[in-house]
Amino acid sequence: MSMEISPMSAVQALETYFLDNRARLLEIASFLDRIDRYKESSAAKDDFRYKSFIKALRLVIECGKDRTQNVQLLFSDLSAGPIENAAGLKAHGAWEGAFREGN
Amino acid sequence: MVSRTTDDYLALAINGIHTITEPAFWPGFDRKGVDGFHDYFHHLTVVEPARAARFRIRHYCWIGLNSKESENPELAEEVLKIIPQYLDRPTVLGLGEIGLNKNSLNEIKALERQLGIAAERNDMILVHTPHLEDKLKGTRIIMDMILSDKRLSPSRVLIDHAEEHTIGEIKDNGFWFGLTLYPNSKGSPERAVDAVEVFGPDNICINSSADWSVSDPLATVKCANEMRRRGHPEATIHKVFYENPKAFLGQSPKFRAE
Repeated sequence: MSMEISPMSAVQALETYFLDNRARLLEIASFLDRIDRYKESSAAKDDFRYKSFIKALRLVIECGKDRTQNVQLLFSDLSAGPIENAAGLKAHGAWEGAFREGN
Repeated sequence: MVSRTTDDYLALAINGIHTITEPAFWPGFDRKGVDGFHDYFHHLTVVEPARAARFRIRHYCWIGLNSKESENPELAEEVLKIIPQYLDRPTVLGLGEIGLNKNSLNEIKALERQLGIAAERNDMILVHTPHLEDKLKGTRIIMDMILSDKRLSPSRVLIDHAEEHTIGEIKDNGFWFGLTLYPNSKGSPERAVDAVEVFGPDNICINSSADWSVSDPLATVKCANEMRRRGHPEATIHKVFYENPKAFLGQSPKFRAE
């Protein structure tokens, strides 16, 4: 049983989800404005998480399809092997390695 | 639900949920010794089933060493030794949640040991996959480890916390996959239903986070409602939220859903 098409039409989906996602978009705009406005703005913008975030925003518009999966991949660690030790490490939500030379 | 109040059991019962499974997981801090795990496994296998039974809810659990506490190899070794005695208890369905967190060598070693225990005992497995940027890599490592042990069948393994970029590979390898709902940090009911629409309703188990952080035990009910809102047939909703978990969990002779 596969059902790639929802019983809901795209127009109905727009009607149902537009306002929620308009609000989410404004949250993102407001978050970026906050980074602009606060002190140490340039340091924040140099952070790999901010850079990933901006790349993801562009990807959402430019990739045309499978946006969710493509954004997930953009934020993912694409290296293959295990790390030596995880003590004290935490997840950041974006992969710093993407901005190292060679990646 | 060791991190939750009894009110949550009442809310589940009122909303028609009569059977739950709870994995062993990280309590928000690293435990100091093996006694802490004895107490925790006792809590999962004795205290919680009794607490749930007050509301006619059947409580099952999974026992295991979580990956976050694998970085202490001496303690991990002690915990691995006590796990089999708890696996024999009547409401324990198998090893879980076991898996990886940051994809480290110590995590892989502890996972390998626990996969070995499951293989020797023919127990089912519930897998925790890493969060955020570590998920894709960790999911691939875990699948390789399981698939390389011919004693383990992917059909008796549920790989949990799957997301859009890991679901396809998990399904293609014959595993069950879980989508975990969180109120604001990770998977939402809307995205979970999107996944059902894109990947189909087979081999999927949608579950609620019900831990010590911001989470919602009723999230599965809300997700079912999201499917209903989109006009999906009741038969499909029933399959995703009842028949699927019953089919997966029913592979354990200890499990019954009615």
